[in-house]
Amino acid sequence: MSLQGWGRYRNYDSEVLECLLPRSVRTMVSSGAGLIARGNGRSYGDAAVGEITTLMCGGLSRMKAFDPGTGILTVEGGTLLSDILQAFIPRGYFPPVVPGTKFVTVGGMIAADVHGKNHHQVGGFGDHVTQLKLVVASGELVTCSRTENPELFLATIGGMGLTGVIVEASFKMRPIETGWILQKTTVAQDLGGALKVLQATDELTYSVAWIDCLATGKSMGRSLIFTGEHATREQVTSRMPQAKFFPATMEPKLSLPFDFPAWILNRASVSAFNEMYFRAGARKAGPPSLVHWNPYFFPLDGIHRWNRLYGKRGFLQHQCVVPEGNALAVLGEMLERFVRSGKGSFLAVLKKLGRGGGLISFPTSGYTLALDLPATADVFPLLEEIDKIVVHAGGRLYLAKDARQSRQTFEAGYPQLSAFKELRRVTGADRRFRSHLSTRLGI
Amino acid sequence: MNRTGKTLLLIGATSDIGRATGLVYAMAGWDLQLAGRNLEAVRREADDIGTRSGASVSVHHLDILDTSRFEDFCGALPTLPDTVVCVVGQLGEQQRAERELDHATQVLRTNFEGPALLLGLIAERFAKRGSGTIIGISSVAGDRGRGSNYVYGAAKAGLSAFLSGLRNRLASAGVRVLTVKPGFVRTRMTAAMKLPPLLTAEPGQVADAIFSASEMKKQREVIYVRGLWWPIMLAIRSIPEPIFKRLRL
Repeated sequence: MSLQGWGRYRNYDSEVLECLLPRSVRTMVSSGAGLIARGNGRSYGDAAVGEITTLMCGGLSRMKAFDPGTGILTVEGGTLLSDILQAFIPRGYFPPVVPGTKFVTVGGMIAADVHGKNHHQVGGFGDHVTQLKLVVASGELVTCSRTENPELFLATIGGMGLTGVIVEASFKMRPIETGWILQKTTVAQDLGGALKVLQATDELTYSVAWIDCLATGKSMGRSLIFTGEHATREQVTSRMPQAKFFPATMEPKLSLPFDFPAWILNRASVSAFNEMYFRAGARKAGPPSLVHWNPYFFPLDGIHRWNRLYGKRGFLQHQCVVPEGNALAVLGEMLERFVRSGKGSFLAVLKKLGRGGGLISFPTSGYTLALDLPATADVFPLLEEIDKIVVHAGGRLYLAKDARQSRQTFEAGYPQLSAFKELRRVTGADRRFRSHLSTRLGI
Repeated sequence: MNRTGKTLLLIGATSDIGRATGLVYAMAGWDLQLAGRNLEAVRREADDIGTRSGASVSVHHLDILDTSRFEDFCGALPTLPDTVVCVVGQLGEQQRAERELDHATQVLRTNFEGPALLLGLIAERFAKRGSGTIIGISSVAGDRGRGSNYVYGAAKAGLSAFLSGLRNRLASAGVRVLTVKPGFVRTRMTAAMKLPPLLTAEPGQVADAIFSASEMKKQREVIYVRGLWWPIMLAIRSIPEPIFKRLRL
């Protein structure tokens, strides 16, 4: 069967096996090779496509237990984040970390050690996992945590499924008083300003910047910084006396029914969009206002199948993190290249990250910049140039987004890679668990 | 979430329609009794529904073919439920049923004998109490026997007739009886079939239709989940037999 990543830039051949029961995973693993688990298929490149076989884990979608005392929720690996939000927000609990889409599985969130708008405060999703059940290369079911099989635990967090299949996970939910976010928008007129605001909002729970990567000259790097806190009941009552504390989930109303023709996204149209977006955001800047949790955390989920926006050719997402030290110079250089190429996208995000979690987790202290680019031939050499800047600065690329980085770029960015490879070799995972990504990068 | 204090007994809890139905009731504040043959699988669904909704969910072993255990099963329930939904069913293989008596017997018993006897037994208890709702999942295949699946269809026709009789008899006793005909549903049972989108429901839509007919719009008692099925089956039923028998349906 032919599988794609969310970016749809390439088709990969892989045999597909449906996992309907946690126990059937053990037989599938012990009788296969070159396999990888796939959750909801939201990684952008080739991370969730098995070299030979792909285990579809969406059927492992049952929740197991919730302890209101400790807030610890235990679910099967294929459970969707959207299901967790639907079940637990009305009961006053929120996941410790959420990525930019709610259509991901818990297994996928752990495998990519996803980060959210609160990474600078609380770390990645993996930092909140208390226990995992993993089907390892031998087909055995192994329980691991920070105290039980800790090496395997830390390799699995951010390990892109290359240590085994996550069939069950426990993690700590946080209590919330309402389903509203008190959001504040701050305008930064250039990159330096944006970094300053992100630095200054370190104390706040959520903070992220949308950056205009087509703005030139003095305005290069102009940004809107969105900060947010879970609103208290008092804050909701005083601002919107009629509002429900836990508003209903609003489901996507828009859908892209077909691939957009390639010419729709060009320098002029994206530039115009960015100008409009920046001005609209700047008008909203000022005192904080209440926003529903769904559009605040998952704005793109509102457009069903938005990945068709880039047309049939698909798109690439480039997400790097660079150390804080000379971030201004490094990010400035990268932006300049993007601006010069005219390839900048309207989905560019800048965010401050805290310390990393797993052995090869992506997040590490510094600033992360993510942007989408159409997968056209001239984009590849541009990204090679950008990668050189990243490597030179001591940064790295996010594997869950990657479809094209070179081995050199990858190896330079992940200093604990050899320990990870060694663990794979010792446990036999190097033969059993192989994705197109792991083969491409020699993991 | 507000609990209603009401209880649903769900027979066939590990099927896709069963799971979806259990979730809809639990999310609406009901407590659940889940029954099925594979207790480990039933427990998996019970944990799931209980964790998602906060409902209290009990699990009960039941083999729909083991009719001699039905009395004990009913007696062992912690409370007499307010509503019972039976989603047990087996499509079987028509051609195999034509050749193998055992297979035909199993299809007839799983789709008709077991569900009818069990719901009949529970109906007696509901009648004695003077309240209760009985919901049977029948099928459009039971509306008229067709060459391609008449063994399954005959069993479902039997179930529809049984439910119709029960409804007729217990109308004055405070017991409601609903017959639900889902049409095509995208489930594990139909995973290998190519299904027409307009006539195919998701398990969640069947569950919503069941809950809505039972708890909200209480005027209809025979429910086609996708409305288009009603005129289609009316047309199929109206074709005169001399013509019908020559059709390949």
